[in-house]
Amino acid sequence: MAARETPDKTLGESLRDIGLSRRGFLKFCAATASMMALPPSMAPAIAAALEQARRPSVIWLSFQECTGCTESLTRSHSPSVEELIFDFISLDYHHTLQAAAGEAAEAARLQAMEANRGEYLVIVDGSIPGPDANPGFSTVAGHSNYDILMETVEHAAAVIAVGTCAAFGGLPQAKPNPTGAMSVMDLVKDKPVINVSGCPPIPMVITGVLAHYLTFGRLPELDAYHRPMAFYGQSIHDRCYRRPFYDKGLFADSFDDEGAKLGWCLYRLGCKGPTTFNACATMRWNAGTSWPIESGHPCLGCSEPSFWDGGGFYEPVSVPIGTSTTTLLEAAAVGAVAGAGIATVARKGKKDAVKTRQPVTIEELEQKL
Amino acid sequence: MNGSMEFLLWVKGPLFTIAMVIFAIGLLARLLEIFLLGRAPNYAEARAGEWLPGLRTMIARTVADPGTFKRAPFNVVVGWLWHIGFLIALLLFIPHIELFKGVLGLYWPGLPNPIVDLATGVTLVALVATLVHRMTHPVKRRISTTEDYLVWTVVFMVVLTGYLAYHRLVEPYPLALGMHILSAELLLVLLPFTKLTHIFTAFIARWYNGAAFGRKGVQS
Repeated sequence: MAARETPDKTLGESLRDIGLSRRGFLKFCAATASMMALPPSMAPAIAAALEQARRPSVIWLSFQECTGCTESLTRSHSPSVEELIFDFISLDYHHTLQAAAGEAAEAARLQAMEANRGEYLVIVDGSIPGPDANPGFSTVAGHSNYDILMETVEHAAAVIAVGTCAAFGGLPQAKPNPTGAMSVMDLVKDKPVINVSGCPPIPMVITGVLAHYLTFGRLPELDAYHRPMAFYGQSIHDRCYRRPFYDKGLFADSFDDEGAKLGWCLYRLGCKGPTTFNACATMRWNAGTSWPIESGHPCLGCSEPSFWDGGGFYEPVSVPIGTSTTTLLEAAAVGAVAGAGIATVARKGKKDAVKTRQPVTIEELEQKL
Repeated sequence: MNGSMEFLLWVKGPLFTIAMVIFAIGLLARLLEIFLLGRAPNYAEARAGEWLPGLRTMIARTVADPGTFKRAPFNVVVGWLWHIGFLIALLLFIPHIELFKGVLGLYWPGLPNPIVDLATGVTLVALVATLVHRMTHPVKRRISTTEDYLVWTVVFMVVLTGYLAYHRLVEPYPLALGMHILSAELLLVLLPFTKLTHIFTAFIARWYNGAAFGRKGVQS
């Protein structure tokens, strides 16, 4: 795959070249507007902006990851206009998808960086062994992940961390974090970082963020974790179609009981929906077919920081992490011994007081007054 | 810690363990201290049994007699309201039952959330009423100590944060839930060392009084 400069054709021209009708394009713009929670009146503005937009160069870096994020992306609503938009960015470097290998692949990355200095987007999936970790844990072409990331983002316009590993450290960062894994946000401080978390993230969210960037020339509104509000603004619980069962107190107690068969709330089976912010409940997966809770499995909370260390997947949200009954019994035993000790001292004090008691007469007391 | 999720995991994790350990040590120390202090031996012949009068007094002093009700209707009605409401919210809310099950292994059936929600709402209003009464009633005001206000604040915070978290009135939710758990931990830590110990000692004391009177053959 040869690296190219940002092509001269606008997105609109490219779309017409491949035969996308004006109607189809506007439909996509309307879908994008609604997806990003923008008013419908924004659709023509999006269309106008996208018409004129130039394909940005995108460099996709894969570090300590499982390729699940790429797998998710490539299976997005195929064939759909969301997929088409990926033809309208210039994906100049991507381990899994590029044809080039070895020296040629690395050359493509360097060439894209040089040709689009200050304008290219970097997408990262996977966590990075931090600057203090052994760089040998993960290397590409003999370079540490950390060096490649820092070199690549230096002249980038923005960085998009795709997947929970890149966004928050994810599985590699789970205790005891043997590779010293860090997130992109931990390492990149001087560039806009946008997190598209999830294990993997919903494909339309990745394309939605790119569409937003192409339309407005800037990144969308973000939450405290640098995630786009349009997709991560609401919790799974608040958007869950099983929510009425939670409100009524109707819960499945096991995976095969009557409650589970009737589709009741999965809170007691460990659903992390109340503390998880993602768009699964509204956008769903596999071209809108279903999503984990609809398939009868509690939400794991995969789009949140520390989700691997946030308590057992099948422990309800309200159950504390790591407090054992044994610890409590030990503490109670210590308390009992302490109580017995205090009581012994008090009893001794009482005995001594009785022994040394000196009766006082009323006259003596009156004299003291 | 740089976000609400980390805060929640911190209060749900290490902080909860610390709070439970302080609570368990404190409570057992206090109870053992009371039980082992010893009582002066009573050489008089017992006129009646101890157990039955003891149990009867446990109920009699819980249900106010007509005289008490006449003298202090507010204390009786509002006191009952918020105590019952608090117990419903604490013991019969499904996520709380899951907590007990997770930590102690004990569990029981719960109530539908709207009923618990109503009980919580009533508790909140009643708690505010108790504070207003405490601050406006001349006698109550005079006998109230800093500890009384501290205990009220902690109890109120637990119920309020729970209400806010359940209704998701504070964003983001992990922060709201974290605040609720933190308040509960504060209550657990203070419980053995303040008047809150009455949760465990009130009925013991009522039994003890009833038993002592019963032994003498006196009504209590």
